[in-house]
Amino acid sequence: MSGFLVNASLISLLTLIAILALRLHRLFAVVMLSGAFSLVAATLFVVLDAVDVAFTEAAVGAGISSILALATLSLVPAEEKPHSIAFVPAFLALATAAMLAIAVTDLPAFGDVNAPIHNHVAPEFIKGSADDIGIPNVVTSVLASYRGYDTLGETVVIFTAAIAVLLVLGGFTRPHHPKNKSPKSQSRITKRRKNGEGKNAG
Amino acid sequence: MEIALAMTLIALGIAATLAIIRATLGPTSFDRVLAVNAVGSIAVLLIAVYGFFDGRPAFLDIAMLYALINFIGTIAILKFFRFGTLGDHVLHEDEEDA
Repeated sequence: MSGFLVNASLISLLTLIAILALRLHRLFAVVMLSGAFSLVAATLFVVLDAVDVAFTEAAVGAGISSILALATLSLVPAEEKPHSIAFVPAFLALATAAMLAIAVTDLPAFGDVNAPIHNHVAPEFIKGSADDIGIPNVVTSVLASYRGYDTLGETVVIFTAAIAVLLVLGGFTRPHHPKNKSPKSQSRITKRRKNGEGKNAG
Repeated sequence: MEIALAMTLIALGIAATLAIIRATLGPTSFDRVLAVNAVGSIAVLLIAVYGFFDGRPAFLDIAMLYALINFIGTIAILKFFRFGTLGDHVLHEDEEDA
């Protein structure tokens, strides 16, 4: 009963945030709402006992994505342009949603012990987790130890991607070559610097 | 116990809904930032309450980590507002100004 109440309130909150974010035209509000959506979704993952997924969702969804979206917002207008409904994408999205809804009815019930996913290698991991790894949370022990190499590979890929992005954007060269920056991104800082110099001179 | 949990959850749900309404309406950007921060705090409370009623004290650690992420995220957004950038060259600018 309590689990149902928690899930129901979290999912209705998610739906509310999603609908509001779709209806709003002010892009900053949409970014903020998507951050709130990530936090609520992360709470839902915690309730589902997938703590690591929840941490990733909270750190990436609410943290990094919001910052990236804000960085994009500084380059685009603050309001969404009014537009008519794009029928082909709408049809594709609705068709995908319908197919997923049909597929969901065919899934085994949540927590069903006879579901195929619980009868393959999962029993071994669940039995061995406490002795092999010694972490109380099975999801964490699978993620960090049983498939540790996979996680390491993912981390290497993300690290490489971050380095590549920093190199492309030139994040390391900016402080030493302020004149190389594009006029748009430097305007605010340049203004501040000019003010500061003016004060010093005065 | 069940009733206490239900009442707490309903109260938190109402608080979250109000915060989300503020994030939607909020005339200024700072209203929205504060409202999203409040939603994060409510998520922290929700995890703590759920861990308490489910008999899993380890959830408190998760709640604390969430509070930290929430704090850092808010600081990052506000810093972005103030300086228009997040890199360390902001510090260089400050040093030059000083």
